[in-house]
Amino acid sequence: MSRLAIQKTYKLYIGGKFPRSESGRFYAINDSKGNLIANMCLASRKDFRNAVVIARNAQSSWANSSALNKGQILYRIAEMLEGRKEQFIAELIAQGETAENAKNEVLLAIDRLVYFAGWSDKYQQFFSCINPVSSAHFNFSVLEPVGVVAVIAPEKQSLLGLISVIAPAIVGGNTVIVLASESKPLSAISFAEVLNSSDVPGGVVNILTGKKEELVNQFASHMDLNSIIYCGTDEQLILSISELASNNVKRTTFYKKNDWSSDSCESPYFIEKTQEVKTTWHPTEI
Amino acid sequence: MIPNLDNLPVYDTAGVNERIARFCSRSIKSNSKLEGLRLALSMVDLTTLEGKDTTGKVKQICYKAMHPHDSLKNIPTVAAVCVYPAQVANAVNALKGSGIQVASVATAFPSGQSSLEVKLLDTKFAVDQGANEIDMVISRGQFLAGNYQYVFDEIVAVKKVCGQAHLKVILETGELDTLDNVRKASELAIYAGADFIKTSTGKIQPAATMQVTYVMLDAIKDYYIKTGKMIGMKPAGGISTSKIALQYLVMLNEVLGEKWMNKNYFRFGASSLVNDILMQLVKAETGNYQSSNYFSKD
Repeated sequence: MSRLAIQKTYKLYIGGKFPRSESGRFYAINDSKGNLIANMCLASRKDFRNAVVIARNAQSSWANSSALNKGQILYRIAEMLEGRKEQFIAELIAQGETAENAKNEVLLAIDRLVYFAGWSDKYQQFFSCINPVSSAHFNFSVLEPVGVVAVIAPEKQSLLGLISVIAPAIVGGNTVIVLASESKPLSAISFAEVLNSSDVPGGVVNILTGKKEELVNQFASHMDLNSIIYCGTDEQLILSISELASNNVKRTTFYKKNDWSSDSCESPYFIEKTQEVKTTWHPTEI
Repeated sequence: MIPNLDNLPVYDTAGVNERIARFCSRSIKSNSKLEGLRLALSMVDLTTLEGKDTTGKVKQICYKAMHPHDSLKNIPTVAAVCVYPAQVANAVNALKGSGIQVASVATAFPSGQSSLEVKLLDTKFAVDQGANEIDMVISRGQFLAGNYQYVFDEIVAVKKVCGQAHLKVILETGELDTLDNVRKASELAIYAGADFIKTSTGKIQPAATMQVTYVMLDAIKDYYIKTGKMIGMKPAGGISTSKIALQYLVMLNEVLGEKWMNKNYFRFGASSLVNDILMQLVKAETGNYQSSNYFSKD
């Protein structure tokens, strides 16, 4: 007797859980021949609002966990992804990648997680400094996470690009709310399953699928977000994000690159993008 | 005289839950939502009941009560500030001329485990200090032991000491175990002379739930049908978001009706609710979701 096909329901990932959109809406993702691959949740601004509350609550305990612990968890994500790489390759192929590109992308994504895991207990030394001042003070600068970061993930390289942007943000103690690639969202939600089984505390990474048109301005204007990262080249959108983000002086980062596989995507400066420098003046004797 | 507690309605939890699910599914949007939020704000008893309360802290929340968020136009002040008896004089002083009431907990709050004499003195002290409203606790131990007469007489005695001050009777529903007990305690309080009945002290979990509030509203309704007298209701503890507050208002409207939809007959005992309402109101005005960083904590 033939088995009934069991197909995965792709849902959102908020606070360590997989809810459907509160709006009940969805949109279809088709392959190049027009066949339905999956229906994705079409997240609403209320889903986004709920995700921000959860990410905010999760932020301080994540930031306060030790650098060693955060590094281990990132490495754990890489381990879990390694174990499921065939599934991710197949998913990328279904969304239109060639077999070779898909394989390269998944392997590189795993390596990138390992790369940023390694920086966990090192970036602080790299960027912190003691500053010479001409008064009786010991003056030093250290990095602190900005807080809650909104990420609009790249359209292409929907897995590698997503990981390349969120890994440096979370390794630095931020929590993130991600809007996945609109046209290729499957890998992001499958990646959420990996996060969910990797000891990443609920709320540290939250992933929404939906329309940029509806959500980007909400991301940019929300007063409780501290930073926004936009990956893409839409100049009009960049302008509007910049304007809205200025309301509460969000730190904005725009990645206009198309290729996330190059070596230039591995640098501690990606971590620094979502950090604030805190400088302390400590009185001393001369 | 103590009411007959033998023929009270019996509450089926599944039925109550179903009724409440219907209240929670009402869609309140745009203008009605804003009206609802302003109404909820006007009904808040802004509360600080901590051992660490100081004159400064009480002054601060009194300021918050009078000026919830100055950049917002057309918003009401809260209904009252609720403090311990020792802080009543401070609150009265700070709120002078604002029209905001001063409520004080009394009668060996929160446990109520003391002698009647001490409880009456506690109440008298709060009233003498200038409290307009007294939030007393019932003796749950005596209630659960079946000494209903004792509980009833105690409320009557406290009511007498209150004089002009309004009396809110706290049932502490989190310790009463069943909805039927909540109904019984509501009857005792109402017939003993309570102006308001109140769910909880906020010191016991669970505090206010929609289930117990529903049962208490039902008792108020039956009393109104029988006597024509209106008793107020105050859920307290755990109501921290605008969404939940609006659901309570829906329930109030559908169980008791419009006559109860004002601060004379309904209060929220809360503290963090205020900022959540303010954030919603600012969101409606600016279109941007808000951060608690931009709202005063007390």
